[in-house]
Amino acid sequence: MWARPKTLTPAHSIVRSPKTEMFRFLSFTTFLATWWIAALFAGGEKLPPPPAVLAAIVEAANSGALFLNLGVTLARVALAFTLAMTLGTAIGYLMGRIRLADRVGDPWLILLLNLPALVVIVLAYIWAGLTEVAAIAAIAINKLPTAVVTVREGTRALDTTLDEMARVFAMPRWRAFRHVILPQLAPYIAAAARSGLSLVWKIVLVAELLGRPNGVGFEIGVAFQLFDIPRLLAYALSFVAVVLIIETVLVQPFEARVSRWRPRAA
Amino acid sequence: MQLEVEIARKAFTNAAGERHDVLVDLKFVLGAGEVGVFVGPSGCGKSTMLKIIAGLDQDYQGRVVRPADARIGMVFQEPRLLPWRSVEENVRLAAPRADDVALSALFTVLELNAHRSHFPGELSLGLARRVALARAFAVEPGFLILDEPLTSLDDALAMRLRDQIATLVDSQSVTTLLVTHDVDDAIRLGDRVFLLSSRPARILAELPIRTPRKARGEAEIAAIKAEIARRTNGDSANGDAL
Ligand SMILES: Nc1ncnc2c1ncn2[C@@H]1O[C@H](COP(=O)(O)OP(=O)(O)O)[C@@H](O)[C@H]1O
Ligand SMILES: [Mg+2]
Repeated sequence: MWARPKTLTPAHSIVRSPKTEMFRFLSFTTFLATWWIAALFAGGEKLPPPPAVLAAIVEAANSGALFLNLGVTLARVALAFTLAMTLGTAIGYLMGRIRLADRVGDPWLILLLNLPALVVIVLAYIWAGLTEVAAIAAIAINKLPTAVVTVREGTRALDTTLDEMARVFAMPRWRAFRHVILPQLAPYIAAAARSGLSLVWKIVLVAELLGRPNGVGFEIGVAFQLFDIPRLLAYALSFVAVVLIIETVLVQPFEARVSRWRPRAA
Repeated sequence: MQLEVEIARKAFTNAAGERHDVLVDLKFVLGAGEVGVFVGPSGCGKSTMLKIIAGLDQDYQGRVVRPADARIGMVFQEPRLLPWRSVEENVRLAAPRADDVALSALFTVLELNAHRSHFPGELSLGLARRVALARAFAVEPGFLILDEPLTSLDDALAMRLRDQIATLVDSQSVTTLLVTHDVDDAIRLGDRVFLLSSRPARILAELPIRTPRKARGEAEIAAIKAEIARRTNGDSANGDAL
């Protein structure tokens, strides 16, 4: 009666046993070791070894530039992500519920889905100038269509028997939405959020590289022009670390929360 | 509150595009506080009728008259609980005005106290049905609709639950529609028993039972049973259900 989106990882698969922790640690050290060995072979010019990158991170952190740029990028991600998720959920719900909305919206959706991110970003900068609004709008527009599609799928899968129950018991609209509809959409929204977040992480750097005077993407662009590889890697790795932390402390607990009521598989 | 039902015709279109009638010329009146029980073979259109009366299906010819402001409590053929809310939340969401004392009494009667914080996925079908009953009674309905609330329960439990329904109906004195294909349940719970034909459902016979629910003896129940068997003999499709 109620299908779970296939892209969703069930909450209980996020296991934190000592064994998995150990494997994580192992794969992390393997990564460091490979990097170090590769640096020895390639020479410090092209691939600086871990200590050189660490030094660059410390330097950027001491000057405050690292945190400023990370902060700016995170703020852009947060704004664009919130905008795209809110709009995407609303539009997806309407398209799933109302036939006419679906007919009208579908061609736009197909267009947006197939428009390369770069095109959206460049056009946004041309039309709205090299502004913050243009950057955030461009990132949001890139994320929007997948959110719409996922939430629309979730809306189409809504259980009509529960709708009838809510109607017979004369539940007010808002209460029915919050307790009957939203919990059914939650796994879809979580799936859209997860895939959307990883998309936004990638696009935000491109948008910054092309038209912003700060942020991780901008710094990476500068480092590229100066061939300052330690700085490039310093920003790239710090950014990846921040992404990983946010995924583990925000996204995964949220997913676990929305599927908390599901009976655990034996 | 009184209920007047006149369904001239209700038809469904199947996947092949053919229309077939499910209800034809179904007409009855139920007085305030009365329990009307409908007995009929499965697939004859009982659930369809209940949905129309509950106002969930507007696509039919005819009319249903009931006070517009009457609260409805309904037990669907399946429990229809919100899997993501606990037992207690399920009941409270449908009945936000129910006070703690009344709810407590209800949970006690239905033997649900130990399960208040469980999620529906953790309940057996019998328990889930009792939660659905609790939800329907918690709204203190003016009008109660029960769609086979006792099927697929074991005999002992069904018997206990039947007595609980009788207790609740008597204590709240609510106009009730109950669908069952168990003649025994019908006779023990109903003030009036309607026998339905196979699809398209029409009323074959209407039997009033005047003795109060609690005073019905085994002899009287057996007599009514025999009467029902005699009345439904003509309708061969009823053979397996009755
Ligand atoms: N939504 C529907 N679309 C088409 N046919 C339906 C639908 N709902 C019920 N029916 C058909 O109507 C008939 C009566 O169904 P129902 O009212 O559920 O029977 P009962 O509750 O008496 O067992 C059945 O033959 C069923 O197949
Ligand atoms: Mg039925």
